[in-house]
Amino acid sequence: MRHLLAIDDLRREEIEAILDRAESFAEVGRRDIKKVPTLRGRTVVSLFYESSTRTSASFELAAKRLSADLVSLKAAGSSVDKGESLKDTCATLSAYDPAAIVIRHPYAGAAQLVAGWSEAAVVNAGDGKHEHPSQALLDLFTLRRRLDGLDGAKIWIVGDVLHSRVARSNLIAFQAMGAEVTVCGPPALIPRGIEQLGCAVSHSLDGLSEADVVYALRLQQERMKESFVPSLREYATHFQIDSRRLGPRQLLMHPGPVNRGVELSGEVIDSPQSLMTEQVASGLVVRMAILYELLAAGPERPLGASGEHEQGPTPIGQPA
Amino acid sequence: MSLATTLDMRPGEGADVVLRGATVLDPVAGIEGVHDVVVRGGEIAELATPGAELDGIEQIDAEGLHAFPAFFDPHVHLRTPGQEHKEDIETGSRSAAAGGYCGIVAMANTEPPVGTPADVEALREAAREGASVPVGFLATVTRGMEGEELTEMGAIRAAGALGFSDDGLPIRSARVLRRALQYQRLCGGTIALHEEDPELSGDGVMHEGPVSAALGLAGIPAVSESTMIARDAALALYEGGRIHVQHLSARESVEAVGAARAAGVQISCEASPHHLCLSDESVRSLDPRRHKMNPPLRSEDDRAALIEGLRDGTIDCVATDHAPHAAEEKEVPFEQAAMGVTGLETAFAALHTELVLPGTLDLALLIERMAGGAAPFEIERPSLAPGSEANIALCDLGAEWTVGEEGYESRSQNSWCAGRKLTGRVLITLAGGQVAYRLRSFSLGVAA
Repeated sequence: MRHLLAIDDLRREEIEAILDRAESFAEVGRRDIKKVPTLRGRTVVSLFYESSTRTSASFELAAKRLSADLVSLKAAGSSVDKGESLKDTCATLSAYDPAAIVIRHPYAGAAQLVAGWSEAAVVNAGDGKHEHPSQALLDLFTLRRRLDGLDGAKIWIVGDVLHSRVARSNLIAFQAMGAEVTVCGPPALIPRGIEQLGCAVSHSLDGLSEADVVYALRLQQERMKESFVPSLREYATHFQIDSRRLGPRQLLMHPGPVNRGVELSGEVIDSPQSLMTEQVASGLVVRMAILYELLAAGPERPLGASGEHEQGPTPIGQPA
Repeated sequence: MSLATTLDMRPGEGADVVLRGATVLDPVAGIEGVHDVVVRGGEIAELATPGAELDGIEQIDAEGLHAFPAFFDPHVHLRTPGQEHKEDIETGSRSAAAGGYCGIVAMANTEPPVGTPADVEALREAAREGASVPVGFLATVTRGMEGEELTEMGAIRAAGALGFSDDGLPIRSARVLRRALQYQRLCGGTIALHEEDPELSGDGVMHEGPVSAALGLAGIPAVSESTMIARDAALALYEGGRIHVQHLSARESVEAVGAARAAGVQISCEASPHHLCLSDESVRSLDPRRHKMNPPLRSEDDRAALIEGLRDGTIDCVATDHAPHAAEEKEVPFEQAAMGVTGLETAFAALHTELVLPGTLDLALLIERMAGGAAPFEIERPSLAPGSEANIALCDLGAEWTVGEEGYESRSQNSWCAGRKLTGRVLITLAGGQVAYRLRSFSLGVAA
């Protein structure tokens, strides 16, 4: 794996290899000293053109846990503020010879462009409304620990699918792992033609009881202004996941941050069915695994090339 | 009537040349056969039986090559004034000559837009200084393209504008378009329309459909175009005006134009090579240099409808919408990139490769449509009939080339064909009676 740009680029074996690797990092995380020397002397650049809490924090912590040198740039306060183009910023950063660039950008395809302009391995940490592959991987990791596997599992993705890169990456990832996906939301927030990605489409929560997993999406407040929904109240009436709609055997996920009382009611967020805290914890180990696969897995173990993955956790060096 | 005098170009010697043994095809004039095409003083003197003695005239061995009436493009952006870093009259007209064109119509969405008689006069003067092929100019319909007040259409026409267009933007207000159509009765001049409902297009950057759903890009629905065509056709019918619909992209639009024509509207329309050859599947590349333009590349079904429309005559002509942009405006993420692609140098070769060679479109029909853009602007179409001004595209239909490999005549490199292998190449263009272009690598045999 040269870059992680889109879930769409990965085969099931490659996904499973990353998840297995994350499992071994979870083991490292239970040690007293949580740091490994794998990326000592190598540089990871974190380049965030959009605000982010979990993604940037977990990628940066992941790089540090792997002993990489970290350069962290936010658009605000950098030369991007002064109108520097993405291409020029890339050229500037290349002078530091980064091993990896983790980029979040408000527009689709930005990570792909950086991959073309830089020698570094590029991780797409969210490009516009296109993809957010590390989120999909951490969600798969979280689910894998709760379910025996996703083959045949029914997953409903509910909410503002139109504006969600998480919805797109997860839809592809869930299906790649054998799940049956339904996307659900008001017609204006479901992209026209999305069923051609292989999912079912519903404009009502009536069939929600079939779902093994309910994956709710954030509804941004400004959607009302563009008449995507008449009001938050109207949206909540039709699409909010609450304790009445969520059955006791169903798992609940959300990429965060949540609008309490809009897409989710308070009681389901705090219920034992909610995996939201686990999702955040998974974020760290999965992002360590991503950086490891890109920078340290090496040619002797090409990802997914054999169609098999290793048994059990891989021993990962000595504590640094 | 000649293009050299109707439009504006750099004055020069009328060509004296004979294309020996060319396969001549002019479907409109009903000419088809192998001839020595004799051009003297910039006029087609005769279509002679091959092998005749001809002295004191340049001899070009055209055996196995095709001579067509040169092409006419009713829709190009020459970016002058204001954006000469993208293109100017000299480079744009050279690009046209390299594509086999003998006439082009420049849009008015420059910086500032072409909106006064003086603007038109200045451009015409510039064309007389530097244009390799005859160029016609449009002025905007509304002042500053703001969609509110009309330009001085009468004075602008008197200054020599071919017609009017706010291309780049639709005319939002039905009232304003209605006034323009009323004024057209007074001053003439075709009104060319960029049809799009900005309310429906929103912040869309590509066709709305399964591909935009997969990429997470905001979509421009096909009805954004067709509903405006229907509105404007109704206005044109009501006012007895004549309109030319630019760059059709969708099946619904072809149907709207067909319905309007059946209802008696004086309407003509165009389609671009990129819409005829590509679909939104190409956008999966996320490459804005080749695949971002407005209107966007649409579905395979829309593309089929455009081809059918071109074939049955609903679509009058091919127009490139040649839209040069600087590299830095395209080397950005798809959503941020400028809309538009260049097309003059590749239009014929691309359509020949993608539509004629596979048998989708007849060669003669393509040749007819490549110059079909003259009539909507009341310009006589180029002809190979003896006595006509020499407007000839000499093409090698078997030549294979890779677009961009040898650079471009255009100042910009945002060709939708960049990197494509095409079959068919323009070797020589005669435009307005002058030799406007020769492919460098095409060796010429000159008689002693």
